[in-house]
This record gives sequence, structure tokens and C-alpha cells, in this order.
Amino acid sequence: MRGLKIENLVVRVGERRVIDGLNLEVPAGQTHAIMGPNGTGKSSLSKAIAGHPEYVVESGSIKLGDVELVGLSADEISKAGFFLSFQTPVEIPGVSIANFIRACLNSRLPAGESVNPREYYGELYANMDRLKMPRSFTSRSVNEDFSGGEKKRCDILQMLMLKPKFALLDEIDSGLDIDALKIVADAVNSMRSPDFGMLLITHYHRLLEYIRPDMVHVLSGGKIVKSGGEELALELERRGYDWLKEGEL
Amino acid sequence: MDLEGEKRDLEGISLGRNVGDFSYAEDYAYDAGEGLSEEVVRYISARKKEDPWVLEFRLKALKEFFRKENPTHWASKKLDELDFSKIRYYLAKGAGKKRSWDEVPDDVKKTFERLGVPEQERAFLAGVEAQFDSESAYSNMKDYLAKDGVIFVDSSEGLKEYPEIFRRYFGRVVPIGDNKYSALNSAVFSGGSFIYVPKGVKVKQPLQAYFRINAARFGQFERTLIIADEGAELMYMEGCTAPRFETGTLHSAVVELVALKGAKIQYVTVQNWSNNVFNLVTKRGVAEEDAQIRWIDCNIGSGLTMKYPAVVLKGARARGEVVSIALANSGQHQDTGAKMIHLADSTASNILSKSVSIGRGRASYRGLVHMPKSAKNCRNNTECDALLINANSRTDTYPAIICSGSGNSVQHEASVSKLSQEQIFYMRQRGLSEKEAMSLAVNGFVNDLVKEFPLEYSVELKRLIDLEMEGSVG
Repeated sequence: MRGLKIENLVVRVGERRVIDGLNLEVPAGQTHAIMGPNGTGKSSLSKAIAGHPEYVVESGSIKLGDVELVGLSADEISKAGFFLSFQTPVEIPGVSIANFIRACLNSRLPAGESVNPREYYGELYANMDRLKMPRSFTSRSVNEDFSGGEKKRCDILQMLMLKPKFALLDEIDSGLDIDALKIVADAVNSMRSPDFGMLLITHYHRLLEYIRPDMVHVLSGGKIVKSGGEELALELERRGYDWLKEGEL
Repeated sequence: MDLEGEKRDLEGISLGRNVGDFSYAEDYAYDAGEGLSEEVVRYISARKKEDPWVLEFRLKALKEFFRKENPTHWASKKLDELDFSKIRYYLAKGAGKKRSWDEVPDDVKKTFERLGVPEQERAFLAGVEAQFDSESAYSNMKDYLAKDGVIFVDSSEGLKEYPEIFRRYFGRVVPIGDNKYSALNSAVFSGGSFIYVPKGVKVKQPLQAYFRINAARFGQFERTLIIADEGAELMYMEGCTAPRFETGTLHSAVVELVALKGAKIQYVTVQNWSNNVFNLVTKRGVAEEDAQIRWIDCNIGSGLTMKYPAVVLKGARARGEVVSIALANSGQHQDTGAKMIHLADSTASNILSKSVSIGRGRASYRGLVHMPKSAKNCRNNTECDALLINANSRTDTYPAIICSGSGNSVQHEASVSKLSQEQIFYMRQRGLSEKEAMSLAVNGFVNDLVKEFPLEYSVELKRLIDLEMEGSVG
């Protein structure tokens, strides 16, 4: 199967179980959304998939296409085609956006090869235009002194440049005003294709009006407690999450 | 088009510690033996057929060396590990110095070929001196410079052939008793460069020296004296490497710069010593009226480096600058800094220092900015930034600022940042290995200072930093 398939996933951080028997399947070509109350493991799930060293997979499987991601290092998972847009992207002082993305692209090439600078900058500028980022951004350090919205755009720029098979966007809507949200959503939608799968983590239905999901899942207590079509997001916005917790009991 | 970071793919100087980690069989015609004594000093002086005043200078320095305590009351206790009785103070093959690589003995020639020295000479240098252990093995300068009256020889030849200039400045910038190690160098010095650039002559291409230690349990004590006469300009670059030895090795140089009225001297150092080298160096320059001295310094490797390049701003409107990068990996202590002594009015100095501590490595910055009451309208700007990678690394800053004149201004900024696991994870999520992520962050951190180095060195610097990161990923 192409796409992302997670089976019986159990993850702990230190002694604490943050993901507890989670099953989820996002076929290639589809976009799913995960919603849920705070502190129920949404960001833990994204870090576990991405191979963060503090998120220890105790059991279960995460497959991207035919590749088992459990046991791979973060950079191997990236090279397997998984991209994570962070809830709060960190700053990398001294490393310019242009140099950073180029280094990431070069790391995907055989040793000793590097991207053609002319083609690289052509593509970089085209994607920046799409995200309405001024050219001066290329020489700024990654995320340093960026506003929340600029950080999100910077992450999406990286996604456009790295062309992953699957992307997990963790609260891509936070910190974006409505105009910026439209710009980012347009860019994200441009990635959608039969070969590309996507998972959105969000608190708000608003995002899903711009990036429409094929399915919506509710994460609570470290597992998926309800799945449905995009209408589920509206229902959650109306009713909150408590009715699901009760149902769970 | 924005091509930041894009560099021409050229062969720079090679200072890789892996490249440098080789040595040839020890086969020396002249060996002063282990330990330090008056006899050793007399042996070196006799071997060089020096004038009596030089021997006297050496013997006086030896007394000073024995008299002075190791400065462990303020510096690292690691200095106590130096066993002066186990070091050999003079080793030479006796082949003499050649002006053509073809005449240089085979193993010495191979050494410098492996380090890429003859290639660079052809490519971009105005002159080269290559020192192998105690003596210069090769020294040559482009003919047009000789016609202009430029002198570029090793210090022994300088003493012999140009005593009237040499003696006038020798030991004046760094006196014998400045510190224990300047006294040691003054007693047993051998090799190093002597440069004189006459009035108004501007040397366009850099002059380069490469200092190579080949033998274990050895001390290299080169002595460099550079004089830029009124309005003259030059850039001098030095590179240093040694193989990895089991036992301690000592490198203790003294460098004296004299920039006369309106002269400009740039002194560029890239050192990449193996971990058991003690690198204890005294570097100082005197800048007369309207003169400029810039020290551009990069310290990688060594067990302990202590080096604080200094500029004495002696004439009005003189300028001094120190640009310094230090990388301290596990088992290394980079104790570096800068000194600016403002003795005249309207003098200006600038200190830019960046250090990176990795693993259990330690980097210290020691700075002195001195503006006495007599000096007016002087300016100093100091910026020192430290980057820590991994939890156990350490950094300290010890700035001393004495500012008592009128209209003087001193500005000191310091920062410490850490490369966190979250930053490394972010970069790895984009596909970079741990080593690539650390290299990129370190190169990013020092990038604005690397640009101050000549291109040939900055390319090599980036490569050295990458190599250093390779060794630090567990």
C-alpha cells in the first residue's frame, strides 16, 4: 500500500505512555485531519513518526509505503519521504534559509554531488513567490526573529522544495492571519496529487475549509477514538470533545 | 543571483588533521638531546654559528625561563603536565635550506607535497617558507619582490645577513621576560620568518610559512619578526600541523610585528594541532602613527592552546584588530583572546572572537583593553560569542578593561548560545545527518568571521570544521 499506515503503535517518553495502541491509515492521494483536546498525544504522534530520539516506540509499526520507519533515525525517515511541519519551528542561528535547504537537498544526492545552483535558486524563488515571501528571506537565518506566521511559511517552503511523499502538518494554522492562511493553504494544496499523502493536526475547523480533508480522526488518550468524514470537524467545533470522552467510557 | 556560500572549487591549503597525521622515520644529523640546559642553548647557538650577542641573549633568556613560575595561578593546571626534561629542543637534518623543491630531501619534500605547499606556492603565493622541525627546509620568494627590496628569509638567515635591521627590532616588541614561554623561545628559538618590506612597497600576494612538526617529544620554537616600513603593506599566512603522537609535544613561538607609520600588516594563522600538542604562543605587534595591524587567527586542535594576539597602538590614529575563531573538542582547551594597548590618541581597536566548545571541550576568552589616562579619544569594540554543543562543554570569558583617559569609549558584547537537541532534530528531520547538522550550525555560527580569512584558507577552514564534527559524533 502507498501512503502511511500505523498499526498498534505504543510510544513512551521517559516513563510516560503518550501513544497507546494507535491505528491509522492514510492512503496516498488522501488528506486526513487529526483533531482532539490538548495534551492527548497529537504532537507526540508527529514526533514519534519523525523519529525524535526521546519518543521511544515500544511496539507497533509505522510504514511509509513499504518502508518501516520504526527503528530508523530522523534523517533516514526524512529521506524515506516523510516531512514534518513543526508546531513551533526552532531557530537555527547563522544558517541561512538558502544554505539550509540546499544542504538538505544535497544530503539526498550521492556523496560528492550537489544541486545545480541556477536551477536551485530558480525553484526556490518560484516557491517563495507562491508563498509571498520577499527575496531577502533567503539570506536570513532559519526562523531567527521570525514571526509565528513567517516560521510556518518557512516550513512550508521547505516542504515544497524537498517534495516529500507524505507530510504531517502540525498546527500549520496557528499564528496565521486569514490572508496568510489562504496563501499557505494554496501552497499546500498545490502539493496534492495521487502520489502524495497528508495528515493535518489542528484545533480548528477553519483550516479544513481551505485544505479539505478526506477523513477526520479524533485522538484522545493516545489513540484514535472516532473517525468520520469532513462533517465530523464541524460537529466537533459545535459540540467540543466531551461527548467523545463519555462515549469512550 | 544569490549565491551565498557558493565558492570556487579551488585547492586551498591543506591542514586536515587526518591529512597531517603521518610522519617519516626520525633521522636527524643534529639533535640537542632531551632536556634543557645551558649546554643545549650553547649547542644550538654553535650549530647556527651565531654572533656572541645572540648567544648572550639566549643565555639571559634561559635564566629568565628557569626563574619564572609556570602561570598556573591564572592559567590551566594542565601546564603542569609539561615535562621540560622530556622534550628535545633542537632537531635538524643538516641538509640546509633550499630554494628549489627538487633539492629538498625526499621525505621532507614528500611531507610538504602531501600538505599541498608547493602547489599553493605556484597558485597564489608571493613566497613560501617551509619549516620541518627546527629548521627551514625550503624558502623562496618571487623575483619581483627581491627587486623591490623585500626580504623574506628564515630567522637564522635574517640574523646573519641583515643584523642591522634584525637587531634593532628583535626582542623589542616581545621582551625576553614577557612570560615564561617567551623566555623559553628566546633561549632556544630556531626557524621562523624574518620579513622586511621597504618604504611604500605593497606586497600584493600573501607570503606564507608552513610549520611542520615531524618528531615526537619535540619542541618547536620558531621566531618570527616582521617589519613593514613606512607605508608598506603585506599579508603573512601561517599554517601548522603535527602528526598524532603518544607523548606531549610543545609548540612555543614568538611573533613580533612592527608596522611603521602608515604601514599595514595582516597576519593570518590557521593551526590544526593534534591533541597532545601544547601550543603556547606569544604574538604582539606595535603599530606606529596611522599604521594598522590585523591578527586573523583560527585555532583548531591541540591539548592546550594559550594565545592572546596583541597590538600596541603606539602612534596616533593607529588601528588594531583581532579576528579569532577557536574550536575546542573533547580533550582540548582553547584559551585564547586578544590584547589592545592604546598608548596614543585617537587609536581604534576591534576584537571579534567566536568560540565553539564541543563535547567535553573547553573554550576560554581572555581579553585586555587598556586605555591609560594619557590617551584621548580612543575606541574599542569587543564582541565575543560562544557556542556550546552537547551538555558537557564549557566556555568562560575573562575580559579586563582598563579605561581611564578622556573621550575614550569601550564597548563589550558577549553572548553564549547552545545548539540544542531540538535544533539538531529539526535539521535531521529535513534529512541532514547529526554530523551534517552540527557542521552546518558551526559553520553558520563562525561564517561572518571565516569571511575575513583569505579565500584559500576559508575553504580549508570549512573543511576542517566538517572533519572536527565527524570526530565528535559518538
